[in-house]
Amino acid sequence: MTVDFLIDLFSKFIDVPVVAFLLAVTIAGIPLFVLMALNATVAVYVERKVSAFMMDRIGPMGQGPGLHAGKWGVLQTIADALKLLIKEDTVPASADKLLFKMAPFIIFIGAFLGIAALPFSSVIQVVDFNVGVFYIIAVASVGVIGIVMAGWASNNKWSLYGAMRSAAQIISYEIPAGLSIIVPIMMAGTMNLQSLIEFQTGSVWGILPNWIIFNNPFSFLAFFIFFISAVAETNRTPFDIPEAESELVAGWMTEYSGFRWAVFFLSEYANMFVVSGLAATAFLGGWQSPIPGLFNSPLWGLFWFLGKIIFLIFVMMWFRWTFPRLRVDQLMHVCWKVFIPIAMLNIFGVGIWKLIIG
Amino acid sequence: MVLNIGPQHPSTHGVLRLEVMTDGEIVSKITPHLGYLHRCFEKHAENVTYEQVIPFTDRCDYLASMNSNFGYVVAMEDLMEIEVSERVQYIRVIMAELNRIASHLLALGVYGLDIGAFTPFLYMLRDRERILDMFEYTCGARLLYNYMWIGGVSHDLPKDFEKICFEFLDYFEPQIEEYNNLLTYNKIFIERTADVGVIPADIAISYGVSGPNLRGSGVNWDVRKDEPYSIYDRFEFDIPTGTGEFGTLGDCFDRYWVRMLEISQSAKIIRQALKDLPGGDVFETMPKKIRPPKGSIYRRTESPRGDLGYYIMSDGTPSPSRVKMRSPAFTALSCLDEVSSGWMISDVLAILGSLDIVLGEIDR
Amino acid sequence: MTFNEVKEALSDQFPGSVIQNDDLPEGQIEINSENWLEVATFMKTDPKLSFDQLECITGVDTGDDGPLQSHYNFHSMEHRHKVEIVINHDRKEPKVASIEQVWRIGDWFERETFDMFGIVYEGHRDLRRILCPDDWEGWPLRKDYETQESFHGILVPKIKEEEGWE
Repeated sequence: MTVDFLIDLFSKFIDVPVVAFLLAVTIAGIPLFVLMALNATVAVYVERKVSAFMMDRIGPMGQGPGLHAGKWGVLQTIADALKLLIKEDTVPASADKLLFKMAPFIIFIGAFLGIAALPFSSVIQVVDFNVGVFYIIAVASVGVIGIVMAGWASNNKWSLYGAMRSAAQIISYEIPAGLSIIVPIMMAGTMNLQSLIEFQTGSVWGILPNWIIFNNPFSFLAFFIFFISAVAETNRTPFDIPEAESELVAGWMTEYSGFRWAVFFLSEYANMFVVSGLAATAFLGGWQSPIPGLFNSPLWGLFWFLGKIIFLIFVMMWFRWTFPRLRVDQLMHVCWKVFIPIAMLNIFGVGIWKLIIG
Repeated sequence: MVLNIGPQHPSTHGVLRLEVMTDGEIVSKITPHLGYLHRCFEKHAENVTYEQVIPFTDRCDYLASMNSNFGYVVAMEDLMEIEVSERVQYIRVIMAELNRIASHLLALGVYGLDIGAFTPFLYMLRDRERILDMFEYTCGARLLYNYMWIGGVSHDLPKDFEKICFEFLDYFEPQIEEYNNLLTYNKIFIERTADVGVIPADIAISYGVSGPNLRGSGVNWDVRKDEPYSIYDRFEFDIPTGTGEFGTLGDCFDRYWVRMLEISQSAKIIRQALKDLPGGDVFETMPKKIRPPKGSIYRRTESPRGDLGYYIMSDGTPSPSRVKMRSPAFTALSCLDEVSSGWMISDVLAILGSLDIVLGEIDR
Repeated sequence: MTFNEVKEALSDQFPGSVIQNDDLPEGQIEINSENWLEVATFMKTDPKLSFDQLECITGVDTGDDGPLQSHYNFHSMEHRHKVEIVINHDRKEPKVASIEQVWRIGDWFERETFDMFGIVYEGHRDLRRILCPDDWEGWPLRKDYETQESFHGILVPKIKEEEGWE
């Protein structure tokens, strides 16, 4: 919606439609980019603090106001980002230079494209796709290409190994994620994200909001399958075998240092943002308020949406510091032999539920 | 494909190089390369006097320094036929058992870290810090104590040590439940460790595996009960052995579980020892000059890693003729090749962590 | 079984192997290195002896021109008796049969004694140094050991009598 609005606005002033289009798209992309950067900054800080409190320590503190990292260590991420920017840019001598340099940006693009479709509020959304859900799921797969490129271009057999495993994991877990996201689509009858959210207005029995997660037991289960598959897609613990392989030997990120590594991390947090956003939209009512009827203006909508995303990201961090990691074959076993059957069962269940109960 | 793990790990086993031959994912042969931490302990021991060997023994198994000292001192006292005073005996047992708890806490925490659980490591280290504070209060050192001397100990217990120790034990014993809830009963942890790396009992004995590793395979053998030294025969404690209830008998989970249970047994021993602690002077039975008679002795004691043995040969001079330390981690590492063939690479780390090796002891 | 009974059982089975040596203290038996492998196998497999745990192999240099020795400490889990076997080796060419097939820990213990003293254990499948680097020269724990001058270009420091480290 925002992009359409901007294109109309610029076409009034500029005669060449292509220029108007490009200008509108660039201007709409800037806040997205700023959002990604902010998200990474805040998420890294929150992760360090949350992990510290869960581990009974205090995390970065910065030794008081005015000193190098501010009070409570809030400027720590900025200090780290600056450090990463001024690091030496090393490319291994025998690496494939073009692919090596392109890989982080391809992953970045995958995450960036996903954020473009998220409905932040009833009026704030970059593009309102008719096939929003489908688009986000499709674009999330672009990241896999970047990972394989990174592993291959590092010219290190263990990077390649880790990258292959990561690719296998992401591709496998897209299936239960996709199957679970069909459940809200079936119930709402549309793939458009705004319509999905509007389907969830109102309340159940007067107190619970009419979110898809509360609608029937199958969609309740579908939420959990979707969320856990999303955690696996972003390579977080307990599914972080490709990253933790770096504890034993190389991982697919080893040969990257400095700014390129920062781009990888930015993309990881952006990915987390995207999948949490999709989960919040499809299952948790998007920008709808949890108290039916109250606090329902567009600005409040932004608040609720971001709040839900932050909560889901917090849960992902919680998982990371609580659970040990699964071994590769156990990971695959869980995906193919446990999640996919349950996801298919959910689809049938919801279909039958809608038929009988309507 | 040949894969090289090491010489430096992120997990704190030490500097060990494992050359792993894999066939895809499955390991077919592992060749450990040792010697990165070899500091010629045995050669040094021939050039210094008997009491000067004790700080060297600290540095071999640096995580269970009190027990390393204890082993040497017990062997020397058997060789010289010295009887130490009662107070010294009780103090030694308390210190050795506290160090056993500290060592097991580190071993279990690091094992969780290897498997991927980051938080239990910090909880266990937090409690280990309290033990190290008590050691620092007593003898001034946190890790390498040089505490047990031939015929006595280096410092008497400071004021209020019993009170502090009782407070620690009262705080600590409920914490064990917290660790269990966080790590032990966690389904993912059980899947990673149960049925993995089974050591059958006869192979374990043939490879010289001892301590919690052997008890995890179901063999009821503890030097404190079966060849008692010092005053261990006065205390009541159980010997936990593996039962294979979550998987097969002798798998990684059994070894982990045995260590977890031993922590509560050590706490029990400490309570009994503190209750009966007699008064007296700790320096009264220390000989003025240490010149053992000509002869040799092999004596073993129970360190947190297993049977720690010292073979001491003396020729009548103040300096030993031969000191050999038989380290339990050395024998535990030797069975790695046989136990881990056929498993995947992630399992090799799980098995290595469950054997609880310390490279300082292996390389000496 | 007591120590004397163990000694008698061994001398009955292998009459030539047990060497009578009154200098040895109680608990140590000196064995001839000739058929050590058979003696060892008998010690493990005989149900009355049943020494299933090899606790330690210690190499000893008795100094001056005396022999090198290997001391084996054995223990039986079933009968709870112990014995120590002493084997003397000629200083010029120390060798004895390897018992690594009988007790698997013999593998690494023998490699360590080989590394430190140069005693060759015949029949060992993979006898190479374990603690020192593979191309180290000399047998470190012998009393007459002199360190090599340099190792891969790094000078090995020596202690001078009065001046300390060089």
